Amino acid sequence: MSSSTAVTSRLTSGQAPKWLVPAIGLGAVVLGAALSALIGFSIGTWAIFAGLLFVIVAPLVVSMIEGRRKGADSFVRFLVYGAFIVALIPLVSVIWVVLSKGIPGLSMNLLSTSMRGVTGVHDNAAAEGAGPIYGGIYHAIIGTLEITLLATLISVPIGLLTSIYLVEYAKNGPLGKAITFFVDVMTGIPSIVAGLFAASFFALTTGDPSERTGLVAAVALSVLMIPTVVRNAEEMLRIVPNELREASYALGVRKWRTIVKVVIPTAISGIASGVTLAIARVIGETAPILVTAGFVTSINWNAFSGWMATLPTYIYYQIMTPTSPTAASISETRAWAAALVLIIIVMLLNLIARAIAKFFAPKTGR
Amino acid sequence: MKTKAFASAGSLAFVGLLAFTACGSDNATGEAGNSESGSGSESSVSGTLSGIGASSQQAAITAWESGFASANPDASVQYSPDGSGAGRKALLAGGADFAGSDAHLTEDEYQQSQDVCGPDGAMNIPVYISPIAVSFNLPGIDSLNLDAETIAKIFKGDIKKWNDEAIASQNEGVDLPDTNITVVHRSDDSGTTENFTEYLAAAAGDTWGQEPDGNWPSAYAGESNKGTSGVVDTTTSTEGAITYADASAVGDLGKVNVVVNGEPVELSPEAAAKTVEISDRVGVGNENDMSIDINRTPDEAGAYPIVLVSYHVVCSSYEDQATADLVKAYESYVVSEQGQQDAADAASSAPLTDALLEDAQKAIDSIEVAS
Amino acid sequence: MSISSDAPTGPSSPKSSRKELPDVGNPAADKIFSGISLAAGILILVVLAAVAIFLVAQALPVFTADSEDLSQGSFLKYIYPLVIGTLIASAIALLLATPVGIGVALYISHYAPKKISQAVGYVIDLLAAIPSVIFGAWGASVLAPKIVPFYDWLATYFGFIPIFEGPASQTGKTILTAGIVLGIMILPIITAMCREIFVQTPLLQQEAALGLGATRWEMIRMTVFPFARTGIVSSVMLALGRALGETMAVTLVLASGPLTASLIKSGNQTFASEIALNFPEAYGIRMSELIAAGLVLFVITLVVNVIARMITSRYKEFSGAN
Repeated sequence: MSSSTAVTSRLTSGQAPKWLVPAIGLGAVVLGAALSALIGFSIGTWAIFAGLLFVIVAPLVVSMIEGRRKGADSFVRFLVYGAFIVALIPLVSVIWVVLSKGIPGLSMNLLSTSMRGVTGVHDNAAAEGAGPIYGGIYHAIIGTLEITLLATLISVPIGLLTSIYLVEYAKNGPLGKAITFFVDVMTGIPSIVAGLFAASFFALTTGDPSERTGLVAAVALSVLMIPTVVRNAEEMLRIVPNELREASYALGVRKWRTIVKVVIPTAISGIASGVTLAIARVIGETAPILVTAGFVTSINWNAFSGWMATLPTYIYYQIMTPTSPTAASISETRAWAAALVLIIIVMLLNLIARAIAKFFAPKTGR
Repeated sequence: MKTKAFASAGSLAFVGLLAFTACGSDNATGEAGNSESGSGSESSVSGTLSGIGASSQQAAITAWESGFASANPDASVQYSPDGSGAGRKALLAGGADFAGSDAHLTEDEYQQSQDVCGPDGAMNIPVYISPIAVSFNLPGIDSLNLDAETIAKIFKGDIKKWNDEAIASQNEGVDLPDTNITVVHRSDDSGTTENFTEYLAAAAGDTWGQEPDGNWPSAYAGESNKGTSGVVDTTTSTEGAITYADASAVGDLGKVNVVVNGEPVELSPEAAAKTVEISDRVGVGNENDMSIDINRTPDEAGAYPIVLVSYHVVCSSYEDQATADLVKAYESYVVSEQGQQDAADAASSAPLTDALLEDAQKAIDSIEVAS
Repeated sequence: MSISSDAPTGPSSPKSSRKELPDVGNPAADKIFSGISLAAGILILVVLAAVAIFLVAQALPVFTADSEDLSQGSFLKYIYPLVIGTLIASAIALLLATPVGIGVALYISHYAPKKISQAVGYVIDLLAAIPSVIFGAWGASVLAPKIVPFYDWLATYFGFIPIFEGPASQTGKTILTAGIVLGIMILPIITAMCREIFVQTPLLQQEAALGLGATRWEMIRMTVFPFARTGIVSSVMLALGRALGETMAVTLVLASGPLTASLIKSGNQTFASEIALNFPEAYGIRMSELIAAGLVLFVITLVVNVIARMITSRYKEFSGAN
């Protein structure tokens, strides 16, 4: 919080001395400690009191010296910094928990084998220290990657094209309004319903009631993914300045080419981040995967035939129904390691999306 | 410059991913696998058997999957723990070769099953017996004797303290603390809850006053958590908590010796299997059906009445020879002594008694191919 | 974003089109392209219609069934605690996440130094990508036990307010905790989307505001917010959609039970969690009941979205976008 000697204050006279805000910060920390000691000291209450004191007192002082407008400005600035810190605490905690619980289970063996043939007997032995922890998540990684990739391949083109239609073609027509509205409604489909829908859709079309493959799961995930993609891409396309489009039209460029060469590249960074969001929405789904792709312990490379396991179903069932009920901690270790791997995969996907975005994006000031 | 860095990071990640995907193995346990096993049984069956059903059997199924696969290298079994209801529904729709279920088929479902399973319909075969432990977290106390009446009152919330007279009178010499009782129950619909409430309704119906159901009665509030592991976690971390859970999962928690006919019965696989053996058959379905109406108030000594029986629901006839052979081979292994022992080792279940195994084998032998 | 940008006119057209003569494109392709994008839009409507038909067909038996077959005697009695529970949890999540999310987005776009903002932006994207099951596990194993003393404190000093009525849950698995976890989950969604939009605010407007002597806050209030208003609402709606339908996080964090007014006692239930918990063992009429619950959730989302549309259209005339 001490990093807040405002840049703007240099431009004006009658400003508060540079040391003032840090001094108030220090005072708030001390006073916060005293106050929290009154109701039973803890780090949490100390931080809360100190933060509150600072956010209230510092702007008051600034506004007394520099005027009301400056006071309001610094109040918002401290609030924004505060929001940032408040947001960081739980998020850092989540990452810390996953790292600290996930790393111990991470091994080459975990990454390169499936769960085929691993039974409670092996886990019991491992829990007693009589053997290594067998079993891995290789099959689940394959399943997650293939199903998510398929779902992305289905939903990104559909979603992106729809948002292009909404922004560039429909303008304010009734069809455009209807699509926008129903896309919003689509975000409210419970995930299990999407799974059941995909399962019965494939049961109807293939005539096989037990049709469970990676593809069915991908369709189910697409139902969940498309609205997120559309909503996001629409927003990003809308904020592309009209001047750019008009400049392109003025050069005689056709509309479709303007969209492909000007509008989309300008918005690509936002779209890419939206697609990552959409992937994140679905990559952790458990329920729809079960009813569409089943659950297996061995490797299946073919997303178009046979059951598949994914990391979320793997994690879920390792925790809910441990391989050995008497040595559940072994399954838990594997589950947390799988969770860590899942996050790493999402991170890599994010990196790739960003790289793509950077590659296509025009040079801007950002 | 930044573009380059990102692109190279991305491609590096991609290459890493590729490299990694190339070296996976299905041989998770590092054993030589197929070569040394399959000694006695002739491995004539091949193909993949699909089952859908209860998650309660999951740990046992894993053991059976690997035991069956090592005896029959060309065959494999896959099982999706969607739930009992989902499993039965899938079987009736022809979507699964067998279903795992915590409850046997109802009359209606049996009628329906005749459409896909031939005129004799589907059969329920008990394969997995798991005693349900009533366990509590009181430091220093390993076991307590409680009768059905008292258990019902505790879970209903009528008895609020551990040193209540009703508990103390059945446990002389135990130093009961003045701790509040926290009842922990399952938040999900489950076979465990269904069997536990069924026991309470049968053995202490007047006190309990609720119909048996897979959902905990909403009238009796308490802490809840999802799944067996969930309630065990909550109980372990809360002093004075009591819950009901699969006996294999309760670990170091104290266990209740259920008092039946004035005699406390200690929880053991044998005591659980005994209850199942002396229980009556329901008699739904064909003559080989083994649906069991569990006797919650056994007269014989040494029978532990709170047990969960999980079935494999199979068709009495299958469309093609290969599936019929596969089902027969797999289920025969499951109800063999070896299969039951494998499950007991892996999942700490209670092996079926010989009498039950014999009947089960007879039912399996009756499976045929639809003409 | 730094004010001293090297491209004062905002995003310029791609470099490539500057070098070569403009390739104006094939006129026929125009028709094809608009046709394809229209088809994609219609496909979405068709899928949604199919889902709706599927839901209604599966849920229908509930409305004609005997009352004793239903788990609570009547469907209404079954559904209203779920409606209330879901709305409470989502409302808590939005109340917490919206201000903080917008604050963090502002921090990234207008306050933080450029280098930090890029790193933070990346981290936020990453956090948005953490699967909900992990947030759920974190909430159940880390947050819930830690928050118990706070609930005790609330129950002691504010117990007279019905929503803080004691005795507080001793596991911390309450609807308030679920709301907090949901809030943390949707925070990155709001932030990621708001940031993208804040960054796109026309630089000229921002510089004009600063040039007239506005403080940074006044500049944000006068240029950024009007420009981003629909986008903010949109991101909040997207987040709300996720909060309403979130399954795993709530299932793991909330010790569900009957409806209670108190936020710090165990109890209450949400739609998605109810469906997930009971679906596996559901059969026959119970299954229809759960799917009907899904249908109601669907309708709630619809209503919420209608309201959001009304809000955005009210503000449209003030929007700074072109």
